[in-house]
Amino acid sequence: MKYKNTINAAYFFLAPALSAIFIFFFLPVIAAFIMSFTDFDIYALGDLSTVRFIGINNYLKLFDDPLFYTALQNTFYFVILAGPLSIAVSLGAALLLSSKLVKYKAIFRLSYFIPVVTTLVAVAIVWRFIYHPKFGIVNYILSLVGIAPIDWLGNTATAMPAIVFMSVWKSFGYNMIIFIAGLQNIPEDLYEAASIEGASGWQKFKSITIPMLAPTTIFISLITMIGYFQFFAEPYIMTQGGPLNSTLSIVQYMYQEGFKWWNMGYSASIAFVFFFIILLGTIIQLKIQKSTE
Amino acid sequence: MIKKYLLYAFLSVTSIITLIPFIWMLGASFMFDGKASVFPPIFLPDPFTFTQYQILFERLNVWRNFFNSLLLSSMVTLLYITFTSMAGYAFAKYRFNGKKFLFNLLLSSMIIPSQVTMLPLFLLLKSMGFINTYMAIIIPGLANIFGIFLIRQYCISIPDSLIEAARMDGATDFQIYRKVIIPLAVPILVTLAIFSFLGTWNDFLWPLIALTDDSMYTLPVALANLMLEHTKDPELMMAGSVVTVIPVIIVFLALQKYYIKGIMMGSVKE
Repeated sequence: MKYKNTINAAYFFLAPALSAIFIFFFLPVIAAFIMSFTDFDIYALGDLSTVRFIGINNYLKLFDDPLFYTALQNTFYFVILAGPLSIAVSLGAALLLSSKLVKYKAIFRLSYFIPVVTTLVAVAIVWRFIYHPKFGIVNYILSLVGIAPIDWLGNTATAMPAIVFMSVWKSFGYNMIIFIAGLQNIPEDLYEAASIEGASGWQKFKSITIPMLAPTTIFISLITMIGYFQFFAEPYIMTQGGPLNSTLSIVQYMYQEGFKWWNMGYSASIAFVFFFIILLGTIIQLKIQKSTE
Repeated sequence: MIKKYLLYAFLSVTSIITLIPFIWMLGASFMFDGKASVFPPIFLPDPFTFTQYQILFERLNVWRNFFNSLLLSSMVTLLYITFTSMAGYAFAKYRFNGKKFLFNLLLSSMIIPSQVTMLPLFLLLKSMGFINTYMAIIIPGLANIFGIFLIRQYCISIPDSLIEAARMDGATDFQIYRKVIIPLAVPILVTLAIFSFLGTWNDFLWPLIALTDDSMYTLPVALANLMLEHTKDPELMMAGSVVTVIPVIIVFLALQKYYIKGIMMGSVKE
């Protein structure tokens, strides 16, 4: 009797959250998968009976779609440039803030961290003006060393690097916190032992800090990669995907196809390719993690 | 000694560089039209004016978007904390059929990015008549797997003896949750509350899809729309950005200890 009661209690506690997750998360995932095999479009919004199954046609079309390749390429370019850069800056900041020489760490940590919590849309707007070709701060600083003004966001070669720089600024504080936690977990006596044997600072960094931080670094690479792969607001606000689609991201393309042109079946197939790439990336990183343990 | 000063100099300079966008944003928001479009850039408004904020609140009705953001972030946070704490507690302290399967299913689903759900979710909420209502934002924010997981981890460390003692005293399951578990779980609940509040406040893609009317927009969506019309008004746009980021900065500064702890907890593997 008592056991039965506690079971009911368990279901009572689980029901609200799990029904919400099942109805508004799992169900849509399955529906999106089914949708990706249909020609669901703007007519289907009005009359569901116009929807037809078209097999893998959406996926076939995707592989012939130059704009999809552009979006995919841009997204990879962004992730490959911003990911390692962000991790390097985070690690550098964490190392500096873990130095015993530094007091008032909290203040520095705070100023590095503030961009993380602020609204992406708002700061992307601020950066749009910071990159302004005539009046922007970036070109002003460059002018001090004699570099001529650059139209950062208006040029296919510089638009993406400009967005990368802003994204690294926005998010390095997050990984910095995780690195600081990782550094605190390295036993102090390892460094002491190395000092006694006459190891230099660089040697200690190379043979103690780096290997001991490996699990943290793999975790950070994973969440950074997944996070950056979903970038959307940055190009939406700063460049609208331009110039000449040079900053169009995969999520942005999915959004345009799905919610601007209402090609929802096609958009669903983009969503699943997107998901598949994230899944693949995760599996690879977890494999690397296993092999380092 | 020199090394120490170099270190401080480096940290100070990089801190200021990190904060420059905010300093410029704040300065430009108090300038008259055109005053921020100068070379070299200036940071201090001269003369100082509230004009941009007046335009924002009186002519563009941004207070309405501010209210939407505040209400939605608070509502989502309240419901989210209730839903996830109940489920997290059940996973930590109850035994029931299929628990392990259910938990593993949830855990492995954490890899699915939310963008995948957006198309059917839009259609589902549309068929329920919720698109362009507050419900369109509240419903998808009711619970997530990450929150359940963090609360479960925390509740596992609460001793069973406390629960047993309360049961001996005749407490019902819900009373135990309400009077024993919730008070003990306050730190993790505060952490998740900040994540949820800031997450809802800062979210852009979903509100952009689910809200279709000026008066329903949250601040980020209203701001993005404003940007398309006022590309040449940096002063006005900076005022809009200030209004959007100040509340999250205040929440963060007030509760940063919990936020930082949350990041570290999320990163600790089992």
